[in-house]
Amino acid sequence: MKIAVCVKQVPDSWAEKKMINGFLDREGVDAVLNDLDEYAVEEALRIVEAHGGNGEGGAHTITLISMGPARATDAVRKGLSMGADSAIIITDDALIGSDALGTSKVLAAVIAEQKFDLVLCGTESTDARMSVVPAMLAQRLGWAQLTFAGSVSVTPDTSSVTATRETEAGIDTMKAQFPCVISVIEKINEPRYPSFKGIMAAKKKPMEVYSLSSIGLDAQSPWSAVIDATPRPAKAAGIKVVDEGAGSEALLNYLTEKKFV
Amino acid sequence: MSQVLILAEFSADQVAKTVAELATAGARIGSVTAVVLAAPGKGAALAALVTTGPIAEVVIIESDAFAKYSVPAAADAIAQLITSRKSDAFLVASSAFAKEVAARVAVQIESGIITDAVDVAADLTATQLVFGGSTTVHSRVSHGCAVITIRPNSITPDVAPSTPTISNATVEISSSAQLAEVLSSAPFVKGGRPELTEAQVIVSGGRGTNGDFAVIEAFADSLGAAVGASRAATDAGWYPHSHQVGQTGKTVSPQLYVACGISGAIQHRAGMQTSKLIIAVNKDPDAPIFEIADFGVVGDLFAVLPKATEGVRARKS
Repeated sequence: MKIAVCVKQVPDSWAEKKMINGFLDREGVDAVLNDLDEYAVEEALRIVEAHGGNGEGGAHTITLISMGPARATDAVRKGLSMGADSAIIITDDALIGSDALGTSKVLAAVIAEQKFDLVLCGTESTDARMSVVPAMLAQRLGWAQLTFAGSVSVTPDTSSVTATRETEAGIDTMKAQFPCVISVIEKINEPRYPSFKGIMAAKKKPMEVYSLSSIGLDAQSPWSAVIDATPRPAKAAGIKVVDEGAGSEALLNYLTEKKFV
Repeated sequence: MSQVLILAEFSADQVAKTVAELATAGARIGSVTAVVLAAPGKGAALAALVTTGPIAEVVIIESDAFAKYSVPAAADAIAQLITSRKSDAFLVASSAFAKEVAARVAVQIESGIITDAVDVAADLTATQLVFGGSTTVHSRVSHGCAVITIRPNSITPDVAPSTPTISNATVEISSSAQLAEVLSSAPFVKGGRPELTEAQVIVSGGRGTNGDFAVIEAFADSLGAAVGASRAATDAGWYPHSHQVGQTGKTVSPQLYVACGISGAIQHRAGMQTSKLIIAVNKDPDAPIFEIADFGVVGDLFAVLPKATEGVRARKS
């Protein structure tokens, strides 16, 4: 199996994020591998490990694909140190400020070129939080879509995948043939920590860097535009009472005052 | 006049509350048409339920493919409808299903998409709260039909009854929308409690519950609230994952959010800090949740909540 995992470098969840000229300022903050993508990397590793493994002596490969600034290499290294085999990074000044439609177009162009069997993604990035790229990828590639997967079972012999789709509406069991786009929810697994050996090995793993023109795409104007972005005033701390027996009474009075009771 | 298409979603044969919210936003822009996707023979009964909010027209599309192939089939049908009707905007609720439909529609018709808007103006300017609610962004789709997903509960719906005209449309679902098949479907059975993302009041429990959600549920029920949980609580298996509020779970903005035994890590705050009013109950006086709480009780939730539950019941009766 040839598996791709789409990963994104995002500002650390703890960092204060701000907008400059309508775009997220990615320079002034610590950048990490998107939390939710770690579950996709882990799931890809589990899929290949259940069928003979990847790397030296293994029949399968896992390629990380990431679009972002040149320093996106830091986040990709983490995925490689977890056990992915190689990485492709698409970086180009013309891609600054790309929206989900632009991102999915670039990722789909790379994926279509390399003939993968499966593409795994997290359900969303922790910065933009749109959670639309996996569905867009499936639409652009004309592949099956198995998204919001809470469990995935792959049978390479028959090129088939069964997955549960778990959303607020309920749980569906879905089935599809290769090639498919799979997005995984965080309850699917517990991502491994990179081992020291894994971290050392990652330094030698191949990482290709592509520009927009090298994947045959032109710069494109975005499909939507930010008019303005304003920080909201920080919320002032409110009333705080210490419960010494009358805490519930105080709570009750507050609820009554605010007309919830 | 601008033509606005909205997606009417249903659960357990009831029309979603969000449909009136979408219609209200849509009516600011132009004439609202609700599309109903149904199994063959089932459309008329569902369409008859779409009577709340400023809706001029209901269009029924019937196909077996919607239940069998889910999101891609729905998107395929709607993209065709938007193209044939030259709709100016397509509005859906920010549910997992509708967001993915919107995503595929946007690609298919080459239109821009804006997700999780909390408001949409007559000129199609969308308002979003980003970075955990710390920044307000206004944006507009600059290409094609404006595809916008709107967070439930953020637009005050005009609930006046309407009597829309009803018509049927036929579409051909493409083969590329029939690649992943639904083998079985188990919708969550709606309990007596409101839907998390649609609730006016939410009571959430975290690590401090030690796995005992009975006190949380009892307090929620006294207030007619939905029950939420922090990631710590869902990871521990104390409450279903579908109730998780936070960065990797649901984003909610109810009138009142009561956080019980939740420390208020930034990942949780990202999912709830745009709530209109926040109450926190926590043993730790230094818990970060108090920084954003309008009202906080430093105390043991097992001491505070049961008495408060009794009190609410007594005052309501």
